[in-house]
Amino acid sequence: MLIPLSWLKDFVDIDIPPELLAETLTAAGLEVDKITYIGVPQTQPAHLHATFKQDVRYPKSDHLVWDREKLLWGAVKEVKAHPNADRLVLAMVDYGADALEQCVTGAPNLFEFKDQGPLPQPLYTVIALEGAEVWDGHSDEPKRMILKERPLRGIPNRSMVCSDKELGISDEHEGIMLFHEDLGHKPGTPAQDVLGDVVLNVELTPNLARAFSVFGVAREVASLLDKPLRAPAYDVVMDGAPIDGHVAIDIRNPELNPRFTLSLLRDITIKPSPDWLQRRLKLVGQRPINNIVDVTNYLTFELGQPLHAFDYDKLVARAGGKAPTIITRLPEPGEKLETLDEVTRTLDPHNILVCDTAGVLSLGGVIGGAETEISDTTKDVLLEAASWQFINIRRTMSTQKVFTDAGARFSRGVHPSQAILGVKRGIELMRQISGGVVAKGIIDEYPLPPETVRVALTQFEIDRILGVHFSAEEAAALLRRGGFEVTVEGETLHVTAPDSRMDISSDPIIGQADLIEEIARISGYAAIPNTIIADEMPDQRPNPAIEREEKARDLLVALGLRENISYRMTTPEREAQLVPPGMASSLPEADYVRLANPISAEKTVMRHTLLISLLENARANARFNERQQLFEIGNVYLKLGKAPLPDEPRKLGILMVGKRGVPGWMHGEESGTVDFFDLKGVIEGLLDGLHIEGASYARAEHTSFHPGRSAQLVLDGQGAGVFGELHPMIARTFGFEDMPVQAAELDLEALLAKTDPLHDVQPLPLTPPVFQDIAFIVKESVTAAQAEDVIRKAGGDLLKGVQLFDVYTGEPVPAGHKSLAYNLTYQTDERTLTDKEVASVHAKIVKLCERELGAQLRA
Amino acid sequence: MLEQLETQYKDAAAALEQISDSAALAAWERDTLGRGGWLTGMLRGVGQLPAEERAAFGKRANELKVALTGAYEAREELIKAQELARNLEEGQIDVTLPGRPRPTGGLHPSTQTLRQFAHVWADMGFQVFRSREVEDDDTNFTLLNMPPHHPARDMQDTFYTTEPNVILRTHTSPGQIRAMRELGEDGTKPIRVILPGMCYRYEQITARSEIQFHQVEGLAIGRNIRMTDLKGTIAAFARRMFGADAQVRFRASYFPFTEPSMEVDVECFLCHGDGCRVCKYSGWLEICGSGMVHPVVLRNGGYDPSVWSGFAFGFGPERMTMLMHGIEDIRYFWGNDLRFLEQF
Ligand SMILES: [Zn+2]
Repeated sequence: MLIPLSWLKDFVDIDIPPELLAETLTAAGLEVDKITYIGVPQTQPAHLHATFKQDVRYPKSDHLVWDREKLLWGAVKEVKAHPNADRLVLAMVDYGADALEQCVTGAPNLFEFKDQGPLPQPLYTVIALEGAEVWDGHSDEPKRMILKERPLRGIPNRSMVCSDKELGISDEHEGIMLFHEDLGHKPGTPAQDVLGDVVLNVELTPNLARAFSVFGVAREVASLLDKPLRAPAYDVVMDGAPIDGHVAIDIRNPELNPRFTLSLLRDITIKPSPDWLQRRLKLVGQRPINNIVDVTNYLTFELGQPLHAFDYDKLVARAGGKAPTIITRLPEPGEKLETLDEVTRTLDPHNILVCDTAGVLSLGGVIGGAETEISDTTKDVLLEAASWQFINIRRTMSTQKVFTDAGARFSRGVHPSQAILGVKRGIELMRQISGGVVAKGIIDEYPLPPETVRVALTQFEIDRILGVHFSAEEAAALLRRGGFEVTVEGETLHVTAPDSRMDISSDPIIGQADLIEEIARISGYAAIPNTIIADEMPDQRPNPAIEREEKARDLLVALGLRENISYRMTTPEREAQLVPPGMASSLPEADYVRLANPISAEKTVMRHTLLISLLENARANARFNERQQLFEIGNVYLKLGKAPLPDEPRKLGILMVGKRGVPGWMHGEESGTVDFFDLKGVIEGLLDGLHIEGASYARAEHTSFHPGRSAQLVLDGQGAGVFGELHPMIARTFGFEDMPVQAAELDLEALLAKTDPLHDVQPLPLTPPVFQDIAFIVKESVTAAQAEDVIRKAGGDLLKGVQLFDVYTGEPVPAGHKSLAYNLTYQTDERTLTDKEVASVHAKIVKLCERELGAQLRA
Repeated sequence: MLEQLETQYKDAAAALEQISDSAALAAWERDTLGRGGWLTGMLRGVGQLPAEERAAFGKRANELKVALTGAYEAREELIKAQELARNLEEGQIDVTLPGRPRPTGGLHPSTQTLRQFAHVWADMGFQVFRSREVEDDDTNFTLLNMPPHHPARDMQDTFYTTEPNVILRTHTSPGQIRAMRELGEDGTKPIRVILPGMCYRYEQITARSEIQFHQVEGLAIGRNIRMTDLKGTIAAFARRMFGADAQVRFRASYFPFTEPSMEVDVECFLCHGDGCRVCKYSGWLEICGSGMVHPVVLRNGGYDPSVWSGFAFGFGPERMTMLMHGIEDIRYFWGNDLRFLEQF
């Protein structure tokens, strides 16, 4: 929202520089995110520091500062023809000097005044004298220039009448800036003092509906700076016949339309608005249209009370020549309206409408209808100022997809008390600038006045919430600055909220909170001290799920994996890529959480698996990386049964693909491609680090994986996820042709639940260990786990360690067989083992292996 | 015999003088003084000499052995020194060659920032509380004082699901309600938690906005929690995070679930307040929204707002990470490009 300081000063005196005002507003919740300077200099930080003891930082502005000596308010008294050029004229300008200055100019908007002799009404503009700095009007890029004496087609010329663009006001360079009024300043006045301005761009949070206008911001400024607020004039000159009998109002839904007011202005002339009004509208970003429409916009921006003007005669015609009745109501089924934006709208059942007996006129509070709008031939104006329920206006704007300045304000809330003020100020302004006569009286239907909000606030409550003490009188004074009426009774403040404060609740507890915020805000948050919490500390609780998860992350990183965090939205089709064609799916048998308003076709549901995003990440990275070892920890979302909310179990996904080692400049150090056992090493490392005992591995039955090279992790008889080589057809889908991809998706919660934070630590042995190797040949079908089980069983207590160090197939091992070689460690704490003892255990191991595994001893 | 001894001695001593490497020296030692060496052999053969020659020969042989041993040791020392010098001279490598790369892993930058937050807040007694991401509309909005059609709902564009009233949480604040109901024991226990987690907003994905992002919400509830405590606690956090002299400022703001509400700015840690592009020349960086828990929210959490009070705050770890490392594109975070991740 743009707030010109010149306009703001109509309502409140401001004796601090704009930068400090912006800082004050920002601190109070009206964030000023930009200050635009028009012709006037920026305040120097050093000046702020010296004069106001404030260090306010703001970006240095590169706007043009208008030279107070050389850019002056001028009056064009006569426009003469150029003797040598048809496309140039000579503007004779009074800028306060003894003689008129002759400016050679090609401004097309002066041509209509050529050769008329001295003008009966001078035209006002800004004249730039020799040496003045202006923007170059002919340059496409912003470029400054210094005005130099330069004859134009034989006529001496040392000054210039300026366009908007040359002064840096807008991009307008079609003609020079021309006003028909002196704007209250004599020729020769520095242009800075006439047109110079500062415009604040204020961002409003939803609670600040009251400040959605120049007057609303002025009210905030007045309370923050503790200055009096000057209300605009609401007097109306009513010289016309009484309005009674010329129009009636019928409100059908007071809860949606609590107030509706009308005033009638007759015999007007539609014409452009006066310069001052057009200028203000332009400063807030509006395009002037005509005097009547401009006033409705002006009041929207000045008071925050939108107005709507009807062509009264069109209403009379619709009523068959009789006095119209304005009806506000909800639509009939199928009713339509063509609005000012030339859209024919089918109305929704909740759209509150302004109608007459012949049908719909406008979408109440949002946008007018095309049929009864003001036109160049309008003679009589019926002016509406009404009040609408904000929630309903919000719904209408969102379902009708229409955004207007009026709707923006009504949808945040405008108090019904504003309607009468708006209609009075609006009709009077229209009268002044359109030459009409206002009918006596205002039609004011007000079926549902809101209750006045009264709150009792105790000083105890202020202390309790803020932690800083205000006396009852201090608190009352702060509230009064914002227009609250306060009476103090002992330690209680009896507060009546002004109409503008629709944000104050009448609920006793909430109302107190609202007032406490106001007290803190007006006193300034900076003034509230910092303390440390004195309140009792809550009971601390163990948080194993989170602590163990972080430990798991650390372990995975230590094992060389890189963490990914991916989008958690995907599509069923993307996830279906984990099912090889023609095979059954092994993905979770749950419904998806489906988005009703997906942002794109690639993100329609919440994921069931982490593997797809890991695969997609790996595919994207493959171009630049020969080796990827990734993991992700996060939720999947399983919609189960009739429960509206899904299960959100946490999963661990791992993906490893490419070279085993990190490629460097030495030959052969990458040593092969990662395989199942690299991945299993990571999983074992994780289990070890988490002190999870008793993990076992079974063949996986998961169609996403290679049937012979994948396993299920089993913890205490329960499956805790699957890992191994992805099915080659799936790897191929992701661009890994003939490149095995190792992947895991583990049930993180099951895993972490099995960690043993109190695991025993073995004492360091006092006796020397005895090492012995054993190697034997077994059938291929004997698993490593089976072999180790048998060795351990036979070894008993004396066998402390079993380390597989070689698996070999091929000559001289017979076909269908393999050789397994182990490093065995014998040790006992009681004594140093003798050779005999070791030999006897070793013999037992050999024997049992022969018997139970069919092993044939090699060495 | 004696002449032979003398001759061989002379030859051996001369040969020793010529030796310049360890291998030749070892061979000389083996042939001369070693177990099978000639001198050892001669000494061993003393017994076969006539008795009258034995004493003189033995004495001389031992003398020569001592002499040769001494010469050998001296030579050995010399050769070692020469070899060391040669090694030092010749063993130069190109130290500018890259080292052998080690396989290293790493945490995602968001995780690193989340941990840093969790660590600092844990020191102040705030424990982590995790809550669901797919939420009901009530918990995400209505119970947080944002009834249907509340204007503040416009500030948070929402992902809806096909299940009525089930949405993706737009902020971690519904965790406040869940924490109060789970830990508050019907509004009788104080609470101090942080609520980190993923949130979702229906927005176009651009360099500056994402549909998915982390928040870290904080919540303190007690019988004596005041706005001065909120300010002091946030200021303490800022000092821990950004340095002992970190300045913070508090600006009035609006969140439906807190009152009073405020934005917290920290003095720009890039320009130290002088003004730079990142802080848009304001000298301040917005780091956190905060406020005193709204009475409606306390009530919905099971607490009596006339007895209990609390404060809440919320940080954006990705935004913070971007500020700290000069990252200009938020899409990097979920892009998982290793060239980005490996910089952390
Ligand atoms: Zn900065």
